[in-house]
Amino acid sequence: MSTDPAWTVASIQAALQKKTVSARELTREFYGKIEADNPRLNAYLALCPERAYAQADRVDKAISRGASLPALAGVPTAVKDVISTRGVTTTCGSRILENHVPPYDATAVERLEKAGAVILGKTNCDEFAMGSSNENSAYGPVRNPVAPDRVPGGSSGGSAAAVAAGLAVVALGTDTGGSVRQPGALCGIPALMPTYGRVSRYGLIAFASSLDRIGPFAVSVRDVAIILGVIAGRDPMDSTSAEVPVPDYPAEIEKPLQGMRIGVPPQYFGEGMDWEVREKVEAAIERLKSMGCQAVAVDMPHTDYAIATYYLIATAEASSNLARYDGVRYGPRSEAGTLLEMYQATRGRGFGPEVKRRIMLGTYALSAGYYEAYYLRAQKVRALIARDFIAAFKQVDLIVTPTSPVPAFRLGERTADPLEMYLADIYTVTGSLAGVPAISVPCGRTRGGLPVGLQIIGPHFGEARVLQLAHAFEQAQQAEA
Amino acid sequence: MKISREGVRRVAELAHLALTDAELETYRAQLDSILTYVEKLNALSLDAVEPMAQALADSAQGEDPTLREDQVRPSDVGDAVLKRAAEARPPYFRVPKVIER
Repeated sequence: MSTDPAWTVASIQAALQKKTVSARELTREFYGKIEADNPRLNAYLALCPERAYAQADRVDKAISRGASLPALAGVPTAVKDVISTRGVTTTCGSRILENHVPPYDATAVERLEKAGAVILGKTNCDEFAMGSSNENSAYGPVRNPVAPDRVPGGSSGGSAAAVAAGLAVVALGTDTGGSVRQPGALCGIPALMPTYGRVSRYGLIAFASSLDRIGPFAVSVRDVAIILGVIAGRDPMDSTSAEVPVPDYPAEIEKPLQGMRIGVPPQYFGEGMDWEVREKVEAAIERLKSMGCQAVAVDMPHTDYAIATYYLIATAEASSNLARYDGVRYGPRSEAGTLLEMYQATRGRGFGPEVKRRIMLGTYALSAGYYEAYYLRAQKVRALIARDFIAAFKQVDLIVTPTSPVPAFRLGERTADPLEMYLADIYTVTGSLAGVPAISVPCGRTRGGLPVGLQIIGPHFGEARVLQLAHAFEQAQQAEA
Repeated sequence: MKISREGVRRVAELAHLALTDAELETYRAQLDSILTYVEKLNALSLDAVEPMAQALADSAQGEDPTLREDQVRPSDVGDAVLKRAAEARPPYFRVPKVIER
């Protein structure tokens, strides 16, 4: 049995075919690692060994029959706990769903398993995906495997930490304002937010429906491309999933770059950025130039309004989506005399502070007398932010920026002031509002050893280009190291 | 001050959230600071701008993506759903009394 710490989708395929390892052995190896390291990291909230071994056995049986292996055969996979898994608890990191067991699988989960993936368990996250540090989970924070006194980022902190620590080979997260890209950056692994509509949201428990997207984490851009190819595409169960053909992403990323124009918006290099982040991202842009890319400045004039816009729209949608948690259909109930008192007590006790804060902000922004001043205004600014991207992509193929203004911060360092935590999403919420795809790819480490992420943003359904540049950059980066 | 204690109490009522007095004050201060921050949107002139309600309002989604055939399909999750409810008497969810007689 191999103990190679750096399994990839490709190396697993090769090992399974050569029969140097079986899917069952591989699954056992990963559960062993989880047992050893998860108590320290708190990346997983629930494990599903019965389901995992049954799937591994199906893969092994196919191998013994000599059948050709599907794309993700035997690949140990983690799934963020806001994504529904049939028969496996799905808590959203919240007390209000502590005993919730979905009766169906999310489409993305179903597609992963159909492609042979072995789902090991569900990963920790900020409650209902609301947070940038994973400190808002009702089940305790996740620790960053690179620096255990620091946060892994959020809200998909458990998925990022699991892959970075070798407790899964790939993972699904969700990104509403940066929740895949930012933890990818802080944990030092590639992490993709696909175009809105590229991946079905069926079975993703909603936070903000016009922004929520499922996206993959992996140890290489190539693996990210493989997973995207599996989960992307129209799904009749999600009316917002797009009827756009799915390219062969793993083949697309091998194409030569040839005269790619990359846009560098000055608005993403202003105040508040850690100087070491700036240094690494600027060096990454120099590297892209040396690889033959032409870098040009592009103006994104509405960037500075993105955080305000995002936190009005996301909280308004959340206040509506989270109205369903009332102690009737899901989760524990707090007993009280009347129906209304029961709702209030259940929700008052079941939701954590950040979720309550956002529900109230959203309720306020949608309430009579304030709707036009806040929500409608934010929707108009969202249109302007989207226009910034459309205009920029008339001049350039892709846009490059930092993913996060700061590397991983210490646990507890930013919890006192919610607004300060929101401002950390400054480079990611823009792409979320515009609906465009973006990847975070590692671009070096600070002197203290903390990972820094480069964000590459593409036009709608331009994932192939985004992945192509990220892959070429990753290869160049590794060739030097 | 953008929002008063009474304002927060009213919002919590609308959102069906029971809050303690201490929570009320914490949230008042925090919501106040967030609402002050979002005022920066007032600097923009937006009269001529259409609000954006969907991420892919135009182009990307091909011909009418929103409508599908209205067909009856089996969904047999009822029992599983009711089994997990706080209180159920299949095929119903039970709740505290709504109407006083």
